[in-house]
Amino acid sequence: MTRRQQLKNTFHERRVYRHRVTVSILILLTMTTIVVARYSQLQISDYDIYKTQSDRNRIQLLPIAPKRGLIFDRNGMLLAENIPSYTLTVVKERVQSLDDTLAIINEIIPLSDDDIEQFRKRLSRRRPYEAVPLKFRVSDEDIAKLAVNRHRVPGVEIDAQLVRHYPEGELFAHMLGYVGRIGEREVDVIDPVNYSGTHYIGKIGLEKYYEELLHGTVGYQNVESNAHGRILRVLERHDPLPGGDIKLNVDAYVQRVAYDALEGQRGAIVAMDPHTGGVIAMVSAPGYDTNLFVNGISSTDYNALQNDPDLPLYNRTLQGQYPPASTIKPIWGLAGLHYGVITPTTRIYDPGWFSLPDDSRRYRDWKRGGHGSSINLEDAVVESCDVYFYELAYKLGIDRLHNFGIRFGLGNATGIDNTNERSGLMPSREWKEQSRGGHWYPGETINVGIGQGFMLATPLQLAVATSVIASRGELRAPRLLASVGDVPVVAPLMGKMEDVSSANWDAITRSMEQVVNSARGTGRGLKAGLTYRMAAKSGTAQVVGIAAGEKYDSSALHARNRDHALFIAFAPADDPKIAVAVVIENGEHGGSVAGPAARKVIDAYLLGKPKDSVPETENSQDAVAALAGAENHE
Amino acid sequence: MNNSDFLRQMPGDSRSMGNQRSISQRLRIDIPLLILLLILSGVGLAVLYSASDGSMAAVLRQGRFLSVAFVVMILVAQLHPEQLQRWAPFAYIGVLLLLLAVDFVGVGAKGAQRWLGVGGFRFQPSELAKLVLPMAVAWYLSIHPLPPGFRHTLISLLLIFLPTILIVMQPDLGTSILIATSGIFVLFLSGISWTFIASCMGLLALMAYPMWEFVLHDYQRQRILTLLNPELDKLGAGWNIIQSKTAIGSGGFEGKGWMLGTQSHLDFLPESHTDFIIAVLAEEFGLRGVLLLLLLYGLIISRGLWIASQAKHCFGRLLGGSIILTFFVYVFVNMGMVSGLLPVVGVPLPLVSQGGTSLVSLLVGFGVLMGICADERLVHQ
Repeated sequence: MTRRQQLKNTFHERRVYRHRVTVSILILLTMTTIVVARYSQLQISDYDIYKTQSDRNRIQLLPIAPKRGLIFDRNGMLLAENIPSYTLTVVKERVQSLDDTLAIINEIIPLSDDDIEQFRKRLSRRRPYEAVPLKFRVSDEDIAKLAVNRHRVPGVEIDAQLVRHYPEGELFAHMLGYVGRIGEREVDVIDPVNYSGTHYIGKIGLEKYYEELLHGTVGYQNVESNAHGRILRVLERHDPLPGGDIKLNVDAYVQRVAYDALEGQRGAIVAMDPHTGGVIAMVSAPGYDTNLFVNGISSTDYNALQNDPDLPLYNRTLQGQYPPASTIKPIWGLAGLHYGVITPTTRIYDPGWFSLPDDSRRYRDWKRGGHGSSINLEDAVVESCDVYFYELAYKLGIDRLHNFGIRFGLGNATGIDNTNERSGLMPSREWKEQSRGGHWYPGETINVGIGQGFMLATPLQLAVATSVIASRGELRAPRLLASVGDVPVVAPLMGKMEDVSSANWDAITRSMEQVVNSARGTGRGLKAGLTYRMAAKSGTAQVVGIAAGEKYDSSALHARNRDHALFIAFAPADDPKIAVAVVIENGEHGGSVAGPAARKVIDAYLLGKPKDSVPETENSQDAVAALAGAENHE
Repeated sequence: MNNSDFLRQMPGDSRSMGNQRSISQRLRIDIPLLILLLILSGVGLAVLYSASDGSMAAVLRQGRFLSVAFVVMILVAQLHPEQLQRWAPFAYIGVLLLLLAVDFVGVGAKGAQRWLGVGGFRFQPSELAKLVLPMAVAWYLSIHPLPPGFRHTLISLLLIFLPTILIVMQPDLGTSILIATSGIFVLFLSGISWTFIASCMGLLALMAYPMWEFVLHDYQRQRILTLLNPELDKLGAGWNIIQSKTAIGSGGFEGKGWMLGTQSHLDFLPESHTDFIIAVLAEEFGLRGVLLLLLLYGLIISRGLWIASQAKHCFGRLLGGSIILTFFVYVFVNMGMVSGLLPVVGVPLPLVSQGGTSLVSLLVGFGVLMGICADERLVHQ
């Protein structure tokens, strides 16, 4: 290759190179345009989309649970509160050696193997900056001990959380019910927004009935967090609206007296104000500690409650359906007077049995040989003469009994502000045909005459019916709730019996007073030391069958087959302030077993706390608690 | 004569250039290109400071890398193109051996063997290949008359293919494509026929399917699929692209402000110091910032192409042109992959992304380029 050629080639090479560079520059410009177009698309056209996306990345809405409303009794005593529950937590990223830290904690607060195992399981699921619970429900003492040693265990913290607490768990168990962790069933029904920060919900009783009121409204905060979910700062905060504090008509002292009166027994006592419908006391015995349920009850505890033959979980006041037995007699007496079937002076002969015309079957009186030859209405109520009411019921007929009975709230749920109420049974022809598919037989009317047969009533219904007698015809839905904040709640009036003459009310009230005052009265044992006028009626119900849903221990069958003792009363008879119904299962004698319980409750309400037994304490709540203790020692 | 030539190319710079010419001449460096590279490095440090959440340590570390790299650049600029041309074949063989060594005794990281340990010091032979491959091709082509015939073209392609396939096997698809590209640029600039170029492109299109099926690794296929639809894998492979697009898009035209980018500062943006640093810049400085950065790259590439075209010998021209075009490809691939135009192949943004190795190999390239330029001026004098 000559030098000339070389030079020529060099010239040619340069020309080709320049050409290729020009082409390259065009390609470069095209590619740059693509990049610019792409960035313009992202940053200009789709700016809004990505701006939103970027904000959604970093800003999170965190719910703040509202504080649950408190529950007080009528005197301001706290029945349900929120107490801080302390949890020992460990933040992994701030701990140098996990094993050493656990060992030090174990010196201060003993940890079980289970605690540590559960902790390690939780630790593996959480992020290193998150506080992982190590031990729940740490005592104040342990917290103090830990505080002293805090410098030794960096990254270990105490986390306080508000948890529902019932200071008188057992006493108000059935009335208040309890809250528990929100379960699968509730998740479907609750408002997902309002409950987004809430872990607990009313499961039963008042806690469930007034859930909406007690819960409050959720608050929220906008927080900025990073990609790992760590919260860096709060951008905005809307405080939650706390749940309403509610005050009950219930008097904790009377409740305590009623509960103690049932000590060792299975039964129920309901006391209410006949003029307002306010429930003064409502106990079902035995009770149980509702606090066990708040953080999830252990299966051991739950099985113990579930298998207890005394059925502590069973709310006898609202769910127990018992034959009203003789406690129904004043009402049937009033019906007889009202319908003109009898007068206060109508007398019958009681040979100890009654039989229907053209029927040889004998309906026996509880008293062998009968109550004698000249029994009027008052005698019949005072001595609880069955034959008188057999005859009266026969004369009234089931239709009039039914119509009159339901005006006292029998056969229908009372509408109390609580859960799981049952409606009892006030039988009628219609009911018989629908549920049993048969005719109503006259003999069935005779049983209704003494509150047996098909008739069933809950203790609450008996208290309501007693209130109707006491208030002379005012049927009210019983109310536990007295006021929300400062707003009073009035029990709705369901009916008023203005057609019943006051002479008839007088007659029936007088006869009920004689139950206590008369030397022949079934409640004569209550007369001693009575400082007010009391009207009452005892009842002893045959245990023919057990109300549905109950299972009794067969080995104890004999004891459990005894009659139920019932008692209704109101006082003062001339200006009723309290109406009470007592049912003691297998108590056998209404007047002598259930009666004294009713007297105690009425005394407690009308006479107040015995002054001399109240120890001087600074705190009124302590006073009640101390008093309750004192009562136990008597 | 040289002066007037220079004036024609860069009007307005004559006075300053005139003053500094003697210094630049002695150091064999191109002052405008150096200034542009320093400005770009400064921008990179500013963005890195923000991307590392205000960590001065990270900036100082990168600053040390930069100092070393610039010193290396000036040292490399002292080499004459003739020397490089002489060494090219030996360097090529050496790199091939090193690449083979990597495939057999290399050190792994993230499922790929890319490193070679030498007495406690690790380095990537593929970084060397970035410069040595175009050198070798330019050497081979420049010893034969240009434009190359079919035979020389095929041999050149073989020279490109050998190191490329070794790097593919590491596996490092991104780097292998970039290295192959740098060789192909030499071929393209040498003036191979358009017919040949067109046939090669046709063949590539035909080979696309077998490549997909038999050559690409699962994770590489995944990257391409994820690119096409990032929503397929929102928390996995798609996460990076979704977050980087969000960072870029949410910057808007004006940007969120320096140190105020939420995507990067709250750790939503992965690899924010390294491959994805452009997203930090785009988020904090907006489209304005992106355009200014592109302008800076544009000036560097223009200056580089001008330097290359001034080279007297065709070896310098081909090598210089390839270096600067490859530089552009880095910018394009990085900006394209971060914005979701291209699959994520692990290409850093030149002089902005954190990392020492790629920095050194880039500035070595610019050193070679400056050496070519200085050689040209000496010849003129």
